[in-house]
Amino acid sequence: MTEARKTKAAIRPANGRLAMTTPADLARIEAWEYAPAPEARDYLAIQPRYELFIGGRWRKPKSGRHFTTINPATEETIAEIAEADAADVDRAVGAARAAYDKYWRRCPPAHRAKYLFRIARAIAERSRELAVLESVDGGKPIKEARDFDVPLAAQHFFYYAGWADKLEWAFPNTRPRPLGVAAQIIPWNFPLLMAAWKIAPALACGNTVVLKPAETTPLTALRLAEIIEQADLPPGVVNIITGSGATGAALAGHRGVDKVAFTGSTEVGKEIARACAGTSKRLTLELGGKAANIVFDDAPLEQAVEGIVNGIFFNQGHVCCAGSRLLVQESVHDVVAELLHRRMQTLRVGDPLDKNTDVGAINSAAQLRKIEELAQSGDADGCTRFQTECDLPARGFWYRPTFFTGVSMSHRIAQEEIFGPVLSVLTFRTPDEAVEKANNTPYGLSAGVWTDKGSKNFKIASQLRAGVVWSNTFNKFDPSSPFGGYRESGFGREGGIHGLLPYIEARP
Amino acid sequence: MMTVDAVGLEERAADLAKRSIKKHAKIHGLRIAIACIDLTGLEGKDTPGRVAQLCRKALTPDSRDPTLPHVAAVCVYPSLVSAAKKALEGSDVKVASVATAFPSGQSSIAVKIEETKEAVADGADEIDMVIDRGAFHAGRFREVRSEIEAVKQACGPAALKVILETGELGTYDNVRRASQLAMEAGADFIKTSTGKIAPAATLPVALVMLQAARDFERRTGRRVGVKVAGGIRAAKQALQYLVIVKETCGDDWLSPAWFRIGASSLLNDILMQLWKERTGAYQSDEYFTKD
Amino acid sequence: MTSRIEVRKTLKLYIAGAFVRSESGRTISVQAKDETVNVALASRKDVRDAVRAARTAWPNWRDRSAYNRGQILYRLAEMMESRRAQLIEACRAAGLTARAAEKDVDEAIDETCWYAGLSDKIEQIFSTKNPVSGPHFNVSTPESTGVVGVVAPLASGVAGLIAAVIPPLCGANTVVCIASDADPFSTVALCESAATSDLPAGVLNVLTGRRSVTAPHLAAHMDVNALGLWDCEPAERKELDIAASANVKRVHGYKAEDRSAALMRNPYRVVDFLEIKTTWHPAGL
Repeated sequence: MTEARKTKAAIRPANGRLAMTTPADLARIEAWEYAPAPEARDYLAIQPRYELFIGGRWRKPKSGRHFTTINPATEETIAEIAEADAADVDRAVGAARAAYDKYWRRCPPAHRAKYLFRIARAIAERSRELAVLESVDGGKPIKEARDFDVPLAAQHFFYYAGWADKLEWAFPNTRPRPLGVAAQIIPWNFPLLMAAWKIAPALACGNTVVLKPAETTPLTALRLAEIIEQADLPPGVVNIITGSGATGAALAGHRGVDKVAFTGSTEVGKEIARACAGTSKRLTLELGGKAANIVFDDAPLEQAVEGIVNGIFFNQGHVCCAGSRLLVQESVHDVVAELLHRRMQTLRVGDPLDKNTDVGAINSAAQLRKIEELAQSGDADGCTRFQTECDLPARGFWYRPTFFTGVSMSHRIAQEEIFGPVLSVLTFRTPDEAVEKANNTPYGLSAGVWTDKGSKNFKIASQLRAGVVWSNTFNKFDPSSPFGGYRESGFGREGGIHGLLPYIEARP
Repeated sequence: MMTVDAVGLEERAADLAKRSIKKHAKIHGLRIAIACIDLTGLEGKDTPGRVAQLCRKALTPDSRDPTLPHVAAVCVYPSLVSAAKKALEGSDVKVASVATAFPSGQSSIAVKIEETKEAVADGADEIDMVIDRGAFHAGRFREVRSEIEAVKQACGPAALKVILETGELGTYDNVRRASQLAMEAGADFIKTSTGKIAPAATLPVALVMLQAARDFERRTGRRVGVKVAGGIRAAKQALQYLVIVKETCGDDWLSPAWFRIGASSLLNDILMQLWKERTGAYQSDEYFTKD
Repeated sequence: MTSRIEVRKTLKLYIAGAFVRSESGRTISVQAKDETVNVALASRKDVRDAVRAARTAWPNWRDRSAYNRGQILYRLAEMMESRRAQLIEACRAAGLTARAAEKDVDEAIDETCWYAGLSDKIEQIFSTKNPVSGPHFNVSTPESTGVVGVVAPLASGVAGLIAAVIPPLCGANTVVCIASDADPFSTVALCESAATSDLPAGVLNVLTGRRSVTAPHLAAHMDVNALGLWDCEPAERKELDIAASANVKRVHGYKAEDRSAALMRNPYRVVDFLEIKTTWHPAGL
């Protein structure tokens, strides 16, 4: 892992003030490089092969088939993972149904709360292990897994634990009842966190769960299964089955399931909606986005640039709510572009396990191809590309942080979700135009607004058609804060009181 | 005027503070830090004898390791400039003197100018002045500025560091504004604090000031350095400041020409960290001289 | 001839995170099951010191995230759980039967757990965004009132004490509590749990002794914002109300019957010690 280009000593004595710059001083100036700071991974105890977690036991897949999961930073195989087929899905749903009928639906709410508290604490206790595993399996920087993904996952369980025995206070004048068995399918960008977002509210409300993690990132969900075992959660309340898209489809389509929750691409979300058509299954979807990050000329510009960088390069841009379109007021376009370009050069791309890495590996070869294809369309369409200049490791999947200027709404890179570290920069002149452009997309997951003027913040926020509006900040998450989209970014909310709604029947 | 969002600024500073500086990078960084220290002795009870001992430490921080750089400067009260000059004769270590009714600045401009001239006449290479915070908060910015310009004039060949006393300024917007003002008035360095009140230097404050200095150089072509002072006692903190300098302004600012740390006990902590890197064992401060 | 001589515990006040004797130096004798125990007799100056500790601790307690407060209250439940045997013994020393003591302690632990989980939800349940006419963004949110004086239930046991102090703590207030005269044993055992949890010093302060000595001073103290009064006789209540009026304290009275699970696990117990702040902001360009 090498440093960004070495900076040259460009010394200009201050007003000829040689007292400040002696030759000895000049001789001392040299680049200061950070040494590798790798996080240890030798204690991880990764098994060579993992089975399916069904009914509180580890069961071999009926087909006997396994697939491999690799480390996208090195392309090495980490472990073999069981592939669940329709028969396994059937077993898992059966186990969840049995657990629901036999004890979970009758389990006193205070007990549900205590189980969830236990899981929350255990995640916190094993947080370092989970963070390293997450980084190794998915390619995200250890700094992010350690400081964001894992603590937030623990907090999610802690938050929803507290609701389990207070549901009548969340939904006054009702006796909220669980739905039954929830089928939950999650993506590869925040594997452990998405598992927490799904399992915690479902259990808090008294449902049982069959969770299918993403194909490329099963390991932390499987470690969560171990934690769930450790917490003595009754068998079958949570079942975790690994597999590919077909496994997910089988799960969502299973007749024994009362509720389906899916986070992933809009395309697959629509398929799932079609599969649930004509059934009484309750459905929530959290899909893609093409969020606008709007920067006004009266924004605190340095912090706005931080927000832009965070918005699109956090987690390599593998974020549904990424601020992938920068809408900057034309009068400050050049200043912002320059600040952004300069700021990007200090992003460190490389070994995800290095504590100083800011941008990790792209999750898979397939995803890398998608990013490359879309970015190339930007070049072909005549947009101007800016990219960080840094060395990349020889093996693994990598993409340098990139932004395009001169982008218009009709360019593909302004409309299609890239899901990578590629930002499209467009300009606007008036607030109305900014709002119009921001809303001009079939999506509606998130948006950012940057202005120092409070009233403008409130006004613009009220006009944006997005489920999450970040004013003078970006990518802020909290278990108490509802998250979810408008229109083709999906429906239903996760987090907060609103996050309980999808998992209950609210009846008087 | 560039406005500053405090929440965003503090998040960025906290993020930079997370950089993991290990092994050769740590040793290299600690050596840079030593070279950037203004070793400070500012007590009412200081005497020429005491100052001589301080200067000895400044020249050879660790008698067991002659490869270490000397510090950038010593920082003393005006009445002790001669003593410091004498003790540092023949060396590259500069003598910085506080002036302008340090630390409060509550005195007449005539007195402040006179004090500055005397210190320079006694041989001070650098003057650390304080801005008039009263005038600043009263909105009399022109007055604040003209005072700096006058002191700069009085400095003659000596370099001028302008202490903003950020702990009294209240907001990061004010820190940015005061930085801007001082640089426009001719400061060679902008400095965070007198070290006599809390809060003194903090990572977010340093970040704002470095951003301001970087932008000032881009606009005017003139580079003004940044000094952080007050409350910096741990080597780890010094490294965090170096990270902020590097990632905000660039590697070429990592030199006493453009970056200073006003400190006293920090030096020994740095030495202890260097010995720990060398031997693998955690150190006791009893093995390092307290001058 | 006994085979071993026990080390007997001194029952002290719990102020600013430490166990201290009364500044008056006085104690009272309280009968435990098979021995007489000397218990610190809190004076009005101890009330003064406790309020000062609570006031000092309030900004830090209040400024923590609700999640952090919830975690700390959960840790208190953990400590109580690990001291379950000790707490049961303390209740028995105060005269409860073995069965009643177990039930009492389990209820106290579970209630602490319940309020721990409420900490980061109170604001959601009781905040509103108000649809005012006109281009303004208008929001009402609850905030802690400050230092809450609590006079604990008369009956022995831990659960009563928990019922009295946990709700104001959950609401980010700090507490000065006058414990039950009859049961300093559960009181001190609970304070020991608090002292080993992550509850910051001064957030909870508990005074043993006689409520008749200390309650009037707590009620009259100008730096106490609210009172939670349990089991007060009408005459006593009237006197305390009059004292409280000097700085317009918020006063809430509760009875032993209010302690059934259905009535106790109630977010309104927390609301009793919250202020509602409404802010307006224009929404315009």
